[in-house]
Amino acid sequence: MMVNSLGRELPEKVGSYIVRPYGSEAVETAVTVRTNRTAGTRSNGGSKLLGSIVAALEACGLQSGMTISFHHSFREGDLVVGQVMAAIRELGIHDLRFAPSAVVNLSNFSLAEYVRDGTITRIEASGIRGELGDSLIDGSIRMEEPAILRPHGARPRAIEMGELAIDVAFIAVSASDEYGNSTGQIGTNICGSLGYSFIDARSARKVVAITDTLVDYPCCPASISQQYVDYVVKVDKVGDSGKIGAGAARLTKNPRDLTIAQRVAEIIAASRRFQEGFSFQTGAGAISIACTKFLSEQMERRGVTASFALGGITSGIIDMYDAGQVRVVECSQSFDARAAGAIYSRPGVREIDNADYANAYSKGNFLDHLNFGVLGALEVDTDFNVNLLTGSSGRMMGGLGGGPDVAEGADISIVTLPIVRGRTPSVVRRVFTCCTPGETVACVVTQAGIALNPHHRHYGELREDLERAGIKPVTIQELQQLAEEITGVPEPIRTTDRVVAVVEYRDGSVVDVIRETVF
Amino acid sequence: MSRTSLRRSSLYVGGGSPAKILEARFCAADCIVYDLEDSVSPRDKDAARLLIYRAVRYHRPPGKYVLIRVNGLYAPQLGEDLEAAVRARPDAIRLPKVETAEEVLRIDKRIGEIEAEAGIPQGATELWCNIESALGVANAREIATASPRVTALALGAEDYTASMGARRSKTGWEIFYARMRVLEACRLAGISAQDAVFSDIDDLEGLKADLETARGLGFDGKTVIHPRQIDIVNAAFTPTQKEIRQAKRVLQALEEGIRNHTGVVVLDGSMVDKPMERRARDILARAAAAGLETEGEWS
Amino acid sequence: MEIKETSMVGTLELGDVEITLWPNPGKGIEIELESDVKLQFGGAIERAVREELARFSIENACVRLVDKGALDCVIRARMACAICRGVGVPYDWAKEDGEK
Repeated sequence: MMVNSLGRELPEKVGSYIVRPYGSEAVETAVTVRTNRTAGTRSNGGSKLLGSIVAALEACGLQSGMTISFHHSFREGDLVVGQVMAAIRELGIHDLRFAPSAVVNLSNFSLAEYVRDGTITRIEASGIRGELGDSLIDGSIRMEEPAILRPHGARPRAIEMGELAIDVAFIAVSASDEYGNSTGQIGTNICGSLGYSFIDARSARKVVAITDTLVDYPCCPASISQQYVDYVVKVDKVGDSGKIGAGAARLTKNPRDLTIAQRVAEIIAASRRFQEGFSFQTGAGAISIACTKFLSEQMERRGVTASFALGGITSGIIDMYDAGQVRVVECSQSFDARAAGAIYSRPGVREIDNADYANAYSKGNFLDHLNFGVLGALEVDTDFNVNLLTGSSGRMMGGLGGGPDVAEGADISIVTLPIVRGRTPSVVRRVFTCCTPGETVACVVTQAGIALNPHHRHYGELREDLERAGIKPVTIQELQQLAEEITGVPEPIRTTDRVVAVVEYRDGSVVDVIRETVF
Repeated sequence: MSRTSLRRSSLYVGGGSPAKILEARFCAADCIVYDLEDSVSPRDKDAARLLIYRAVRYHRPPGKYVLIRVNGLYAPQLGEDLEAAVRARPDAIRLPKVETAEEVLRIDKRIGEIEAEAGIPQGATELWCNIESALGVANAREIATASPRVTALALGAEDYTASMGARRSKTGWEIFYARMRVLEACRLAGISAQDAVFSDIDDLEGLKADLETARGLGFDGKTVIHPRQIDIVNAAFTPTQKEIRQAKRVLQALEEGIRNHTGVVVLDGSMVDKPMERRARDILARAAAAGLETEGEWS
Repeated sequence: MEIKETSMVGTLELGDVEITLWPNPGKGIEIELESDVKLQFGGAIERAVREELARFSIENACVRLVDKGALDCVIRARMACAICRGVGVPYDWAKEDGEK
């Protein structure tokens, strides 16, 4: 057993996975990245269109034991994962490594079922919420190898380093020509940015574009280029644009969320970095959407405009672009139908590669230049460590998303959460699963107060700025005690030694592991 | 003056909802009014009574002035409401639709009996009387002075306008007389004057205009029905920096006058008289209570 | 005291608990708990239920709780209400007069 610099106990090996603990120097120097592009043989100029998914699987030579990937830009509206997996099962292919950019709950696909029948035996994603995650935690489904959970920015790095070599990438697109130029921006069922699939297109051994709308050559705009695509398949429907929303575009009326959002906007406005040309990422969800609105009001009041808004984009950000408050919208994911359509109709709303957004191991990414990042969380502890994955009920409740990337990348990273949820305290002594290292979190905002992290690199500056604005922080310990006073002292969740998932950091080191819970 | 002496905003919190009761402790309202009346259906009065009793007696929100609104003076639940509410030890009980001093005396007597039984100091439980009918407005002075327990009158505009046959409007002309009469009764009795609810929670600009009127007339605070309204209400009843500066100048001029034995003190061309001094002290007291920097002791 | 009839109190809103209480003549106290926070607070919830029953000297009852993250004081208030309804007596407000 080892202990990493965050105090988390880690085994040295899980299945065949060798654990490199977070915070050790060995990891820092080990990371030098080469690209792993597989260009394939010279093409002949003919159509790449195949009649069915099964035909594409055969053409790609998909075999048992290989690695397949998908993007999650359609979120819960995705219909492609289910169709492809059904075809794979039909062909009797099994023992696959399933490596989508994220696992979301889908109505036409049960990941748990495919794991139970052995079609899938390994999983690598940013989270595994839903039935499978819960079943792994309670031990009702067991896998030989641990699930590997990576933040968004770490996935391109892992792919380019060869840690995650993809055999076949299936990319759902809303429109494509027969030669593979394709996009998420036009067609019947758009999802907007395809940012998560760029790395798959470049790196997978075989790439299949799956669409429901064939357009004349050349498809314009094209996000995925013909030079990467091996085959094109037309299906009836790739997804439902109405379900890409991670949060409804409407402003919440929940006073608690409004209070938290208002406080975040006040903190941003108080910072010396809130000046002409600043940059921000607010994300999606009720608090984020309200926060975008309040931030826009602060900008108007102070006559400040932003150089760029980053990451998952909502209508609220598009409104700010239209009002001239944001010069460029760097969109790695579209969080509602209006934001999805905005890339095509507005020159300053750009679809960006997920690696361009968050991969720390390249020659540059947008997070390097981000001033403010607003993040959600399930739990935060008195060391400011953040849990994004597991709930107190002993269930998988979320995904890492870009949380750890944004926390480290942004100058001022702001974690927002209610102080308690029902009877579950959100500010705790020790998070159940550590996902984002506390040293990268600048402050925590709850409806009961704001806490600054004295160990953050910009602590002195932020403390001064808040003091000047008359904002009075409390300590994280005070928030933790208040939460505990409200809920009572929770009994510790007991776990076995069996590790079901490892939580990787941006550099591939391990911040924590998730063990089976004793119910 | 302590933080809890502020009475700028009082938020109604439905007695049926545990989530709202918990969340109320985090809001910025000076006063929390746990409600047993309108927000609770008749069949759940017993459940709400127990919930509010436990919340107030054992988990009282810190730094707040706590009230419990009981059911109406002639409602069958009132007797048990008072038993529970007084024993929960709130700062005050809020009585709906008070119309006569006799009603106040009746409740005052009953509260006194419960206080005695429960070992609570006599008179510890204050009363806020909602004035929400033509008769209540007419009797406001008598109600305000009926018992030392009465520490505030609160105007209820919806029922009042209904009793007058008036139509509710954003300008509030239809309640002008009632506002003035309630306010005057409060000033004569030396108690707090609380303005009526502004019902359109989406119209924050309308709320600001309404507050401009209420503050200008002299009210001390306002009842709110949604947390969104709190910050705006608090701001309206908190002295501005300009007012604070001016108040300090007035008191400084007076001090200098006393030091130099000048007799009559003149500031910006006008004589500093007693009312001016009283207003200045009042502003600084309010500002200090709201946690604003007032530099020095002026009260 | 004995539970005379089935009573129900509370809601399924977040932060609340729905409690159903019914007679269990001569068979002691049986508690059925459904809760997302069972791992961390299951013991505390059951203790609160038993203590509230004991305060009314109830020795036989079936209790079903569908908990949506209710705080301890909410569970106790809902239990007390369910008991008063089930027994058919008003709450004795003077009972806690001596308590701090």
